[in-house]
Amino acid sequence: MLELKGITQIFGGVTALDDVSFSIHANQVTGVIGPNGAGKTTLFNIVTGIYQQTSGQVIFEGKDISGIPVERLAAKGMVRTFQNIELFGQMTVLENVMVGLHSRSKSGLFACSFKAPWAIKEERRIREEAHEWLRFVGIEQLAEVQAANLPFGKGRMLEIARAMACRPRMILMDEPAAGLNSQETVGLAELIRKIRDLGVTVVLVEHDMELVMDICDRIVVLNLGRKLAEGTPREIQDNHEVIAAYLGDDE
Amino acid sequence: MNVLVFVGIHTLLAVALNLLLGYAGQISLGHAAFFGLGAYGSAILSTTYEWNPWLAMLVVALAVGGFAFAIGFPILKLKGHYLAMATLGMGIIVYIVFNEWIDMTEGPSGFSGIPNLELGPLVFDSDLKNYYLVWTFVLGCVLLSVNLANSRIGRAFRAIHDAEVAARVMGANARLLKVRVFALSALICAIAGSLYAHVMTFIAPPSFGFNISVELLTMVVIGGLGSIYGSFLGALLLTMLPEFLRFMHDYDIVFYGGLLMLMTIFMPGGLVRGIPDLFRKIAGLRNKKGDAHA
Repeated sequence: MLELKGITQIFGGVTALDDVSFSIHANQVTGVIGPNGAGKTTLFNIVTGIYQQTSGQVIFEGKDISGIPVERLAAKGMVRTFQNIELFGQMTVLENVMVGLHSRSKSGLFACSFKAPWAIKEERRIREEAHEWLRFVGIEQLAEVQAANLPFGKGRMLEIARAMACRPRMILMDEPAAGLNSQETVGLAELIRKIRDLGVTVVLVEHDMELVMDICDRIVVLNLGRKLAEGTPREIQDNHEVIAAYLGDDE
Repeated sequence: MNVLVFVGIHTLLAVALNLLLGYAGQISLGHAAFFGLGAYGSAILSTTYEWNPWLAMLVVALAVGGFAFAIGFPILKLKGHYLAMATLGMGIIVYIVFNEWIDMTEGPSGFSGIPNLELGPLVFDSDLKNYYLVWTFVLGCVLLSVNLANSRIGRAFRAIHDAEVAARVMGANARLLKVRVFALSALICAIAGSLYAHVMTFIAPPSFGFNISVELLTMVVIGGLGSIYGSFLGALLLTMLPEFLRFMHDYDIVFYGGLLMLMTIFMPGGLVRGIPDLFRKIAGLRNKKGDAHA
């Protein structure tokens, strides 16, 4: 579904990623893990069009999407969430999710200003579907709350609802469990499974090993900008190189 | 009555700037330029070239919108202070053109003899008639702006304002949306300018200078960023105030400055949010007093 071919990223002489290649299979949950500074977030930013890689290719559903601007990826079926949740703080929870439907609606400036019949109809559909996604993540009762006033855990749920409103075929989550308490993390794991069961491919960068081992079908390990290993959670747990990278190598 | 005509024209301008600043979060310190281009465009076409004033108004509005669209691409690449500087520069350049292109604009002495608008047998030549004329435009503009603000496009503007990268991830083309709101805002200002020219029948460059851009900004901030109705309040207050501040002569600017400072400190949400808050606070104090007595 997603194929990375020889991704290299150099920031002013520092090599953040060095010839990283792997593929992500459809309808699976794939975890990308690695110690701090391994290049996980950089990789995410390249895949989602926020950075332009120095060299290498990103192939999504058979098409090269390297260098495609961020705003065109939603329509292609790829969406992401952020490590420090990026909500539209001045807007309500419902409106946040409604923005998620932007790429799947098309009334123009004039249709919206003059309330053309098709624009009204579309607006109704947007509102209804946004409510559905809030129900999906379980924060429907907060629909009219201003997003900036949400507690962190709920904000995370909202960000996922907003991303799902794009109806992506692939969702990339940057440390979704960061800042969540253990109960919220359990809820998150359930939600990620629910998303996968909808037929959406999930990719996560995550530090919470318990969560990763629990929900991932496949894991890719990065260390110091290179791919160290990939395999099932069990294979990764037994991999000596991975253990060494995490715990330090004592020869 | 005359002053209410100006409240109307200022409301048009404030709503236009609010769409750009309050919704999409992009500042402009040169919006008086678009107002001036509308006024001079209409004046020149309908007087010098004797076009039908309505046709001139339409052509000028589209041309100014197109001009803003074109300069919007390079200008709106800038953010924050740099955007403020660029729009400031644009405003100053346009102001200089009004002053110096004497063949066309008659320069600093002003352009006179602009015809009143006509609609069949109706000539908009009195304050009362102009009042109805201007406020018809204001109501239309407010209605359309409110519709737009509550639509997918309006939400995309606000999303860009709050978190641009996240808005782009959701598929909102931030660059194009910013340029479009800039062009739309300029177009509304141009219409306000055309109306101003036909109502006044005389225009001169100082009506379109930097201080007017700042006054517009003050209206939007005092009324309430991101509230169309707030823009009306801001325009009303800042247009009426000078009438009451006549006794202060040239010192009224001190009053404006003080007002702006007090507003941003105590009512950062503008009048439209500040007044309900104030009532709530007063009600809260009363309740407390009541409790103390009981």
